[in-house]
Amino acid sequence: MKVKVISRSTDDFTRERSQDLHKVFRNYDPNLRTQEKAIEYTRALNAAKLEKIFARPLIGAMDGHIDAISCMAKNPNHLKGIFSGSMDGDIRLWDMATRRTTCRFNGHQGPVRGLTVSTDGNVLVSCGNDCSVKLWKVASTFESSDTVEDDEPLANYVWKYAFRAVDHQWESNIFATGGAQVDIWDHNRSNPVNSFEWGTATIVSLRFNPGEPNVLATSASDRSITLYDLRMSSPARKVIMKTKTNAICWNPMEPMNFTAANEDCNCYSYDARKLDEAKCVHQDHVSAVMDIDYSPTGREFVTGSYDRTVRIFRYNGGHSREIYHTKRMQRVFCVKYSCDGTYVISGSDDTNLRLWKANASEQLGVLLPRERKKQEYLDAVKNRYKHLPDVKRIIRHRHLPKPIYKAAGLRRTMVEAERRKDERRRAHSAPGSTSVQPFRKRRIIQEIE
Amino acid sequence: MAKSDAIEGSKDPDLIKLVEEQQVKVPEKKKPRAEQDVSDLLDMKMQKYLRGEAANLEVLQDKKLKTQLVIKEKLYGQSAKAAAKHEQWLMPNEEGFLEAEGFEKTWRITQQSLLNEVDANSSRKAFDMILPELGPYRMKYTSNGRYMLLGGRKGHLGLLDMLSFDIVKEFQVRETVRDVEFLHTEELFSVAQKKYLYIYNRQGTEIHCLKEHGTPLRLQFLDKHFLLASVNTFGQLHYQDVTTGEIVANLRTGLGRTDVMRMNPYNSIIGLGHSSGKLTMWKPTSAKPLITMFCNPGPVTAIAFHSNGHLMATAGMGCRIKLWDIRKFEVLHSYFGHASTLDFSQKGLLAVGNRTHVNVWRDYKGDQRYGRYMTHEMVKGYQVNNLVFRPYEDVLGIGHSMGISSILIPGSGEPNFDSWVANPYETKKQRREKEVHSLLDKLPPETIMLDPKEIGTVKQPRKKEKKSKKEMEEEMEAEVETAKAIKLKKKTKGRNKPSKRAKKKEEEVLKAKRPFVEQRLKEEQPFKKQKMIAEGEAELPVSLQRFARKQAA
Repeated sequence: MKVKVISRSTDDFTRERSQDLHKVFRNYDPNLRTQEKAIEYTRALNAAKLEKIFARPLIGAMDGHIDAISCMAKNPNHLKGIFSGSMDGDIRLWDMATRRTTCRFNGHQGPVRGLTVSTDGNVLVSCGNDCSVKLWKVASTFESSDTVEDDEPLANYVWKYAFRAVDHQWESNIFATGGAQVDIWDHNRSNPVNSFEWGTATIVSLRFNPGEPNVLATSASDRSITLYDLRMSSPARKVIMKTKTNAICWNPMEPMNFTAANEDCNCYSYDARKLDEAKCVHQDHVSAVMDIDYSPTGREFVTGSYDRTVRIFRYNGGHSREIYHTKRMQRVFCVKYSCDGTYVISGSDDTNLRLWKANASEQLGVLLPRERKKQEYLDAVKNRYKHLPDVKRIIRHRHLPKPIYKAAGLRRTMVEAERRKDERRRAHSAPGSTSVQPFRKRRIIQEIE
Repeated sequence: MAKSDAIEGSKDPDLIKLVEEQQVKVPEKKKPRAEQDVSDLLDMKMQKYLRGEAANLEVLQDKKLKTQLVIKEKLYGQSAKAAAKHEQWLMPNEEGFLEAEGFEKTWRITQQSLLNEVDANSSRKAFDMILPELGPYRMKYTSNGRYMLLGGRKGHLGLLDMLSFDIVKEFQVRETVRDVEFLHTEELFSVAQKKYLYIYNRQGTEIHCLKEHGTPLRLQFLDKHFLLASVNTFGQLHYQDVTTGEIVANLRTGLGRTDVMRMNPYNSIIGLGHSSGKLTMWKPTSAKPLITMFCNPGPVTAIAFHSNGHLMATAGMGCRIKLWDIRKFEVLHSYFGHASTLDFSQKGLLAVGNRTHVNVWRDYKGDQRYGRYMTHEMVKGYQVNNLVFRPYEDVLGIGHSMGISSILIPGSGEPNFDSWVANPYETKKQRREKEVHSLLDKLPPETIMLDPKEIGTVKQPRKKEKKSKKEMEEEMEAEVETAKAIKLKKKTKGRNKPSKRAKKKEEEVLKAKRPFVEQRLKEEQPFKKQKMIAEGEAELPVSLQRFARKQAA
């Protein structure tokens, strides 16, 4: 007879010294862990609930301005500084960590309409309705806890028209301003080095391409989005939409794509090489979208709207992933994603800047490896069971202020009515006489080369 | 250990070296034979971890979804392969076995001769405890197999640590004890006593007296759901949540008193055997049994469930022990014999206890055709009361009329435990940690269902029962009759003329008929449409079809 029975010696399965780690033995046999699907589902459900409980996105408000905030700029060389300009001509540099003003730049007479920082982070460029462009020196460190007052700009250039937007070129001394026309400036010249004009419309926003520094996109009050190349003498391409585009932002990771924040409550992602249709339409806002900014990862962007909310969209998502609002936040005029992609800053009509977490329920600070692993696991199960009604309901649920909830309902009714009408019109017309236009093309009037 | 290496040659470390050497020496495209064998073995082992067939992705139209699913399937494959490799190379222990040589038969091998062969550590696990006064005894093991709980009919309770052979606590309750059951850890256990159900802790302190259960006969604990199930003398099945104390369900079986109760570990469904020969399966969220099946002529005496969820064994007074496929509810095999108690081991051995005999059966070929494996005779006519395999050990516990015994059954237990599932060597801190985690993962009672893999899948749309033509006509007739029977009010001034009354009645009848006629038309419509399409008239939009030129007949 041959015989063997299971025989374990305790020493092999327990630790020798109390300082040792406990031995861990694994057996992945499915028969040992029955009902694993039910357990996973319960974990997903609990994780979704916990996510809701921990979703506290607002970190704090930064108050100090005495008029609505019109524009912001992030310092590419300094993580926790943010510049903001307000309608009364006040420009401030904030320390996001302590949420207080570290520096004030006094000089503008009217509203500040545009702010931008040079790539090395040393020069701040501001422009405003007082027809002046001012260059300011930005100190790299601030020792004292008091606010530093800066009354002397490095340079002050006065020009012919009121400025609406400014943006700095990557890695050079050149910046562009928009107003009645597009002007290209050098830091050291008091007159523009170059000017572009296409029609008579006012430029409302302007952004340099992060990948190809000579490419510039602008939007104007004649509902157009125009692309310029600084190496050519005239603008390159133009697309005219049915409504005005308030802001433009290039995707930093896919620099051929940009997203336009439109007056018709939607954002449109375009491929700059193919402007006859949008790549994606991002809907959810119920009023004009005022500003947009991409996360440095290029996977998400944040929008601020006239409907007093901030929303976060995926770069290819038709609907928003997140909505932020507070009782006191008024119309949002400018938003920024922080340079590390973990925070979102919004500036609004109520003279405050607000600091939000980009992921509402994310735990900030350093995570232990085990914590991180656990979080990854929970995210994975949540993703796996997100289609089930219970989990889906919890994950999708957002509390909305009543006016927004109602406005969203109204918009839905309107869109639905339009769709139905279109359908009927098609049913009653001769076959082939009507064409169905996708939503991605419907809001575009024409493309001009 | 040397013997085992000889048997399972593929796990031999020398062989691994050999395989490696071959890899170095032979840069051929064709795999060397030994390597081929290993990869075949891995493929075979992978099947267990793949948890079923992969979905057919070829039929999918949606490209994006298809890509996502292809990536998912690839990941499943990788994880299954990793698990198979882990099983192949990293498991610390190997399964026990007993092999006969020459004319020997495994079922003729006695415990005494086994004990002479095995190591000293294992031989300690076989013992007899003679407790003549307070029996007969029932016993249970914790899910990690470390602790044993024994309950004597006349009120004797004991909690034993089977690793150190210490008595943790022993006490008497001085009244009838019908069944004992561990809750989620050895810290708490429940006892079905003369009148009520009690919960004690490890120190023997009475924690709760649960009067809602009536007089319980048998207990089962659903460890993933934290539900304590009991069946009482009136044949009522109670489920109580032990974390909140809430009675989750109180189900009347309506089939009389029974003391045959078992939980299916695969899906946490409770099986009850009744005196009428019926077997019913219950979940707490439905008042009626999920399954009622007739197993045996004569009362059912024992049930056991295999942990893979496919196999059930029942025994009845009709002198039959049957093996069922509980996916199809069909008898696989039926054997002649009596059994008062049955139990499946982790590795699928079936213990059958009847009076003084203990038989252990095994499916030698893996086709559920069970045959004799080992036998054991109780001495001095001690009557077997219940049989329980000890998890993660090759041990069978026997509770009998004069105490308890434990015998060695090689190959019955799972040789490798998982520290995160059930750890026989867990420390106090680990136990506490595990308790918290299992409470966080506590399943709601709704997750108990016949097929636990159904969660997260798409629910099939239920087809509406269509009424037949005849039924529809009958219904219409009944409606018409009621419409005719309506008595019209007497009206004045010419509105009461017979013609008017007749007209009104006719209207009522039409009104009653109308929904039925409409429905019939609706059902016929699609056919008409199809006909039109066949005739080639349906190319115009719907609203313009009426202007289409009629074809000459």
